Amino acid sequence: MRIALMGQPNSGKSTIFNHVAGYKAVTSNFPGKTVEYTLTKFNLFGQTVELVDLPGTYSLTSFDLAELEARKYLLKGNVDVIINVMDASLLSRSLELTLQLLELKLPMVICLNMIDEAERKGIKIDIEKLSKILGVPVVPAIALKGKGVKELFSVAYKTGEEKRIGKTLNFSKNVEEVIEQLSTQIKKKEIAQEFNVPIRFLALKYLENDSYFIKNFKNTEKNIFNKINYFQNLLREVHGRPPDVVISSERHHLSMNIYESIVSLTRPHTSLIDYLDNILMHPIFGYVFLAFILYLFFNLVFTVGKMVEEHLLDYFYRIIPLIERSIDSETLLFSVISGIIQGLAGGIAIVLPYLFPFLFGLAILEDLGYLPRIAFLLDVFLHKIGLHGKAIIPFMLGYGCTVPAIMATRILESERDRFITSVLATMIPCAARMTIIFALVAFYINPQAALAIYILNIIVVIISGKILSRLLPEVTPGMILEIPTYHIPSLKVVLAKTWLRMKEFIFVAWPLLIAGSTILSLLQYYKADTFINNFFSPLTTLLGLPLLVGTTLIFGILRKELSMLMLIQAIGTSNIATVMSVTQIMTFTIFIIFYIPCVATIAVLWREIGTKRTLFTISFTFVIAIVLATITRFIY
Amino acid sequence: MNITLDLIKEGQKVKVIDIYGGWGIRQRLGCLGIHPGDMITVKKSAIMRGPILISIHGNQVALGRGVARKVLVEVAG
Ligand SMILES: Nc1nc2c(ncn2[C@@H]2O[C@H](COP(=O)(O)OP(=O)(O)O)[C@@H](O)[C@H]2O)c(=O)[nH]1
Repeated sequence: MRIALMGQPNSGKSTIFNHVAGYKAVTSNFPGKTVEYTLTKFNLFGQTVELVDLPGTYSLTSFDLAELEARKYLLKGNVDVIINVMDASLLSRSLELTLQLLELKLPMVICLNMIDEAERKGIKIDIEKLSKILGVPVVPAIALKGKGVKELFSVAYKTGEEKRIGKTLNFSKNVEEVIEQLSTQIKKKEIAQEFNVPIRFLALKYLENDSYFIKNFKNTEKNIFNKINYFQNLLREVHGRPPDVVISSERHHLSMNIYESIVSLTRPHTSLIDYLDNILMHPIFGYVFLAFILYLFFNLVFTVGKMVEEHLLDYFYRIIPLIERSIDSETLLFSVISGIIQGLAGGIAIVLPYLFPFLFGLAILEDLGYLPRIAFLLDVFLHKIGLHGKAIIPFMLGYGCTVPAIMATRILESERDRFITSVLATMIPCAARMTIIFALVAFYINPQAALAIYILNIIVVIISGKILSRLLPEVTPGMILEIPTYHIPSLKVVLAKTWLRMKEFIFVAWPLLIAGSTILSLLQYYKADTFINNFFSPLTTLLGLPLLVGTTLIFGILRKELSMLMLIQAIGTSNIATVMSVTQIMTFTIFIIFYIPCVATIAVLWREIGTKRTLFTISFTFVIAIVLATITRFIY
Repeated sequence: MNITLDLIKEGQKVKVIDIYGGWGIRQRLGCLGIHPGDMITVKKSAIMRGPILISIHGNQVALGRGVARKVLVEVAG
């Protein structure tokens, strides 16, 4: 059996998913973080059940790519039962999606999630009545605490077995008549079978002028499209509004009616958190706090990271001389062993100490619901580079990792915005590059210099944004973004999320690190590194860097943090300051931040924006890196 | 009197009369519960012609200025 979680963004789908899957899908408190579906298998009543977490969708009308993905998945027709997750505290709005899902005539169960939040807002819901009106089972839940999840799945299983389908609710009479007549017309053709959807659903989509269903048939089925046009005009004339507005208003009224008949309102409990926006979104203090929060975050990462790095490095670099005593340092064996140890050490002592506090802090900001607030505050500035506030979400995620950042550009409406945001997101220093900034610049120069790099980076991103939006002049559609209520992050969830993202480092990057250092050891043993370094010598000479940096640049394309660890190994000491000057450290770091995105990023860029634009991004960032690093060399 | 949403002062409650603009913007606003006939409270207007924050059916939504300019409203009372 296959069960699909479907609901509006931020309703708690991924939280439910993670309950059965372990922490596999990232949950956060902002709309639109799930842009791809995640799948898991688990055991229910002795049967293997597949559970799919679909991207959040406000409605079944398609406009952003993530929503399109969810709808396509449902229409493929291999879902046995839908779990429609509703945010009980936003019931009337959530019902609009529910009504559309019912139109699909698939077995369905409603999970009325966030009951705690609804109670806090003073919303009490008559669950039985809701179930009776819609004709589907309704299970109340508090997913964050795991309450109701078990029952939800057993009800879902039963519903799937019985293939129980909900009711279709009727709109007002004259609209129903139009739907009826159009349905009769569609029935004569085989379009509905082709899309594998109920006829009424298709008729509604046509009245709503949904391009997905229209595109392919517009030319082949001229006849029927004249009819559709006729009915659309009929609605327009009778209601004095565009036909899509007529339909969505009908659903809206229906939802409001249902809402009023099942909800009784009491006094909301206001808590301190409700007043948080008075300062955090304040036209002046909002920006002050934003700067303060980011500065605090920066310091936290640096303080924790440095403390741990110092101790661990000492410890590790005491091991190498010990080995030297027992194995001759001129042998191949020694090269291999010291390569492995340096790879291990680099991961534990240099990367992890910064990575953990960073990802932990980011997870807290995400779960609290601060990211959409940043989008609100920075909307004005993003308009200056031809984007709008929502683009800040991919950018913020980019500080964690570029890959999900580029995926998150799917929440943007226009293709042009997605492209510009993707290119800019590759320049944002991800966690890997962050470790370089902290472990090299902050550690060997000073924290102010590291902060300066971040600021420089933002300036470069702004200028590049300006250039790109000049090249592609088009008005951005403007921000429409839900600002969710704050949630106090749960430590367990935050740790689970941090771990999920660290796993990527531990299981993918670390083995690469160890392999990388071993390969470098071998290259050095066979003196092959000289060849590579000579090849890169025009570049390293231009930047005024030591010749041996050349090899590390290749490794950096695999994973950005590799270039730093390889540098340490190539130099042969953990104390870089003895070999490289302050200027060289700075130049190296700036070059690494901007030059060519890592392999994983290139792969995802390729998929999201295509070959040509990926090649453009690579060359664009490479040119920026060379220019900036050369300037740094001469002025820093 | 009907004016566009971007001109409404903080704290005012208004009724949506019409939404200008194409299919996409109508649908997107509709999804967040903003249809003709709905009541909106303007909670914040940002400095420097930034976005506005509205409250609709107990939910907060940020709208860019350009978007707000396409929403025609009637000031209640
Ligand atoms: N108060 C409360 N918060 C919840 C509940 N379920 C999920 N959340 C939080 O709501 C936010 C959105 O959840 P998520 O699963 O990411 O939503 P999705 O977008 O539907 O996948 C997260 O911050 C969750 O921690 C609940 O039952 N009660």
